[in-house]
Amino acid sequence: MMGSENEGFEEAHLYASKEEMENLVLDNPLNDSNSYSNYRSAMSSAISDTSHPLAPSILVTPADSDPILSPPPYRDHLYHNSPTESSYIEPPPFGDNVGDVNGVENHSLNLDNFGRFSRSASWSTSSSSDSEYVKITVSNPQKEQEASNSIVPGGGNYVTYLITTRTNVPEFGGVEFSVRRRFRDVVTLSDRLAESYRGLFIPPRPDKSVVESQVMHKQEFVELRRVALEKYLRRLVAHPVIKRSDELKVFLQVQGKLPLATTTDVASRMLDGAVKLPKQLLGDSSVVVAPHEVVQPAKGGRDLLRLFKELKQSVANDWGGSRPLVVEEDKEFLEKKEKINDLEQQLSNVSKQAESLVKAQQDMGDTMGELGLAFIKLTKFENEEAMFNSQRARAHDMKGFATAAVKASRFYRELNAQTVEHLDTIHEYLGLMLVVHSAFSDRSSALLTVQTLLSELSSLESRAEKLEATSSKVFGAGKSRNRKMEDLKETIRATEDAKNIAIREYQRIKENNRSELERLDKEREADLLNMLKGFVHNQVGYMEKIANVWTKVVEETSCYAKENS
Amino acid sequence: MEQQRSISGSSQSPRSPSSQPYLSVSVTDPVKLGNGVQAYISYRVITKTNLPEYQGPEKIVIRRYSDFVWLHDHLFEKYKGIFIPPLPEKSAVEKFRFSSEFIEMRCQALDTFVNRIASHHELQQSEDLRTFLQADEETMERLMSQETGIFKRKPADLMQIFKDVQSRVSDVVLGKEKPVEESNPEYEKLKHYIFELENHLAEAQKHAYRLVKRHRELGQSLSDFGKAVKLLGACEGNSLGKVFSDLGTKSETLSDKLQKEAHQLLMNFEEPLKDYVRSVQSIKATIAERANAFRRQCELAETIKLKEINLNRLILIRSDKVGEAEFEYNQLKAESEEATRMFEKIMRLMNEEIVRFQEQKTLDMGIAFHEFAKGQARLANGIATAWRSLLPKLEACSSS
Repeated sequence: MMGSENEGFEEAHLYASKEEMENLVLDNPLNDSNSYSNYRSAMSSAISDTSHPLAPSILVTPADSDPILSPPPYRDHLYHNSPTESSYIEPPPFGDNVGDVNGVENHSLNLDNFGRFSRSASWSTSSSSDSEYVKITVSNPQKEQEASNSIVPGGGNYVTYLITTRTNVPEFGGVEFSVRRRFRDVVTLSDRLAESYRGLFIPPRPDKSVVESQVMHKQEFVELRRVALEKYLRRLVAHPVIKRSDELKVFLQVQGKLPLATTTDVASRMLDGAVKLPKQLLGDSSVVVAPHEVVQPAKGGRDLLRLFKELKQSVANDWGGSRPLVVEEDKEFLEKKEKINDLEQQLSNVSKQAESLVKAQQDMGDTMGELGLAFIKLTKFENEEAMFNSQRARAHDMKGFATAAVKASRFYRELNAQTVEHLDTIHEYLGLMLVVHSAFSDRSSALLTVQTLLSELSSLESRAEKLEATSSKVFGAGKSRNRKMEDLKETIRATEDAKNIAIREYQRIKENNRSELERLDKEREADLLNMLKGFVHNQVGYMEKIANVWTKVVEETSCYAKENS
Repeated sequence: MEQQRSISGSSQSPRSPSSQPYLSVSVTDPVKLGNGVQAYISYRVITKTNLPEYQGPEKIVIRRYSDFVWLHDHLFEKYKGIFIPPLPEKSAVEKFRFSSEFIEMRCQALDTFVNRIASHHELQQSEDLRTFLQADEETMERLMSQETGIFKRKPADLMQIFKDVQSRVSDVVLGKEKPVEESNPEYEKLKHYIFELENHLAEAQKHAYRLVKRHRELGQSLSDFGKAVKLLGACEGNSLGKVFSDLGTKSETLSDKLQKEAHQLLMNFEEPLKDYVRSVQSIKATIAERANAFRRQCELAETIKLKEINLNRLILIRSDKVGEAEFEYNQLKAESEEATRMFEKIMRLMNEEIVRFQEQKTLDMGIAFHEFAKGQARLANGIATAWRSLLPKLEACSSS
């Protein structure tokens, strides 16, 4: 009954850090009463030299935190070389790959033997074509100097990242290639894609994070950005349409300067527009929207006149007496839109509750651990000061209890780290909702363009009618009337052309919306199901472990049970 | 809530009486009486015994918290050296709220209190105990109002004791006398142990209390999560929606389990730990009493010496005050011997008590650990089972 100090700790040596700390605390008789603080400082030093395979990508690890607590890096690595801690956990292996092996590391639903998913939302995973893969890695951030005259003296430092692509897709014309890109290039890529693929659910690019870049340590920020870029690019190649886009190909392959048109900032555009406006009003330049501009929204462009017209139209839509000539009639779409809004609300709600749940699980684990530690100290104390055998017996019981509490605590925290990952699907889809809204607004702005052009057309035509009807009462006015008529007819023709292009664009976007919604529904169903599976498997696995830990204590203290009954 | 522990069943004291006579007590049925500031809880105290000193095989009386305090204080005064079982805290603030949890815990603690007295080989023989267990309510009230002097002061209040000790010490210091303390290394060790133990236990109890809270919080968040998931399922529709709905329902079920476990933890683990802390504080009170007794013995020894010298001087000069002085001297001698007896009795008792205490605590903690582990295993298994039952549906969903 009074076993040795090391009893029950043999298996503890299999585990990382915490049990080792436990040993440290218990085996060292010279340990002073500050054993708790010893534990904590030992714990943090253990973190820094742990052979945790995810250690290299651990971003921000404050001294007191547990490596387990930084979930994001988990997602982007394979679990096959798992740390020692997971060797203890074997919930039933669930299914094999759902969906296809396409080599993209963010695999759908690969539950390895350790009961954890290398999960990712399948909306960011291509599950359509078999055996084709595009694997992207972002690495090797390097500081570079702005080539020439920057206004800021000594300024112009920026970071480039090495973007490596491995693929067997023939369109790329290569098997493996790398380019160096800076963040600004990514912004450009994202903007060009948004223009070319209106109506699609394009994965959102990483934030510019201007504040963070100033506030965070350079190294940490760069690493954060590297991870975000990798995730973004991988999502892009997983999108069935975007993966074939020229913009993306160019971004991934063309060496040197990125040959995509850069986006000028809003101020410059407005300035350009302001310059153009007087000419437009005076009739010097064409007031009709050019074809290549029609396919872009008015807002954010250089054509202020068009902006005003569409604004007027939208006000007329909302407040005007008459119905616009073309409206959003697609009932199915409207229903879908309602559903999407509803979905977003529920996702947001679940997200909030998931956060509370995660916090509660974390707290449970932490407090259980603290309780265990308090009893470890008590055990030591009773052993040191023991004058009676009853004390030694009690110390022995306490040790068993404390060990179990510490183990259970560890399990809770591991469970939680994985819960965070699984439930992260919710957050991913919330992020996706923004993208959906943006695609919907592509549609509505295209519609607005059509409506504007239609009403313009209608007013031009009525002007033409009026002009036709006026007889030339004044001598010589006939010629000017004819000339005006010619001009008017020309304008009408151009507007007619623009209208047709706008309508085609609108249809195109509508179709994009529709197909994307279909894809979203399918993938969302799969992803949410997997999330639930992962969550549930996780809970089952760890709860079984925790139950075993305590069952052992029940057996060890069963002698007291008889007395109590 | 009823704990009927008969003397014959307990193996706590090595000196329990033979299995024939028994004294079994339970404190139960708390009832809130009165209003507002005057509100208090009354408890039924049921005594079952075959001891001749008692009025019959069964007696039921109604007692309130202050009655228990009366009993405690009397025992403390009369049985110096014995670790009087501790009372639950007075808690002037919680009184107003009187949550059902608070009442349950207090009732359990009072039951433990009385039972420990009833199973202590010396305390169980006290007349005060008999009075407490049998006197009708009017008698108790009369007794309470008759309390004067030392009892009104409630020496059970530890702070009061220490204040007294402190003030006496400072008197001694001001009187330029050295404070007297035992120079007994083993006793020093014991004192150090007790004081350290209290710190450790207080910390453990703090975490135990937090753990109870964590269970409640986890239960609450699971419930909220379940509700949210259900709403999301309603959004989805079809089979996935059904699965979400099931998950949400399970989540709410688990929330109940967690709340129940939180309560179990509170009553069967956190409360025993608090009781442990109180017991240690009670020992500290006894330590203070021993210090008092020791000091009194020393003071008297000093005084006697002086008196003896004085007496001899008077005898020598054949003063007519000799008789008086002799009388005083003899009186003091008797007092001194009494004080020495008292002190030695306390020493002896404490040595026995500490053995009993350690054994008792090993038993109590063993039970507490057992209950804790049982509860946690039950909880974890319950959670695993509940989640596991969802797996077939989840599998069915993905294959469709």
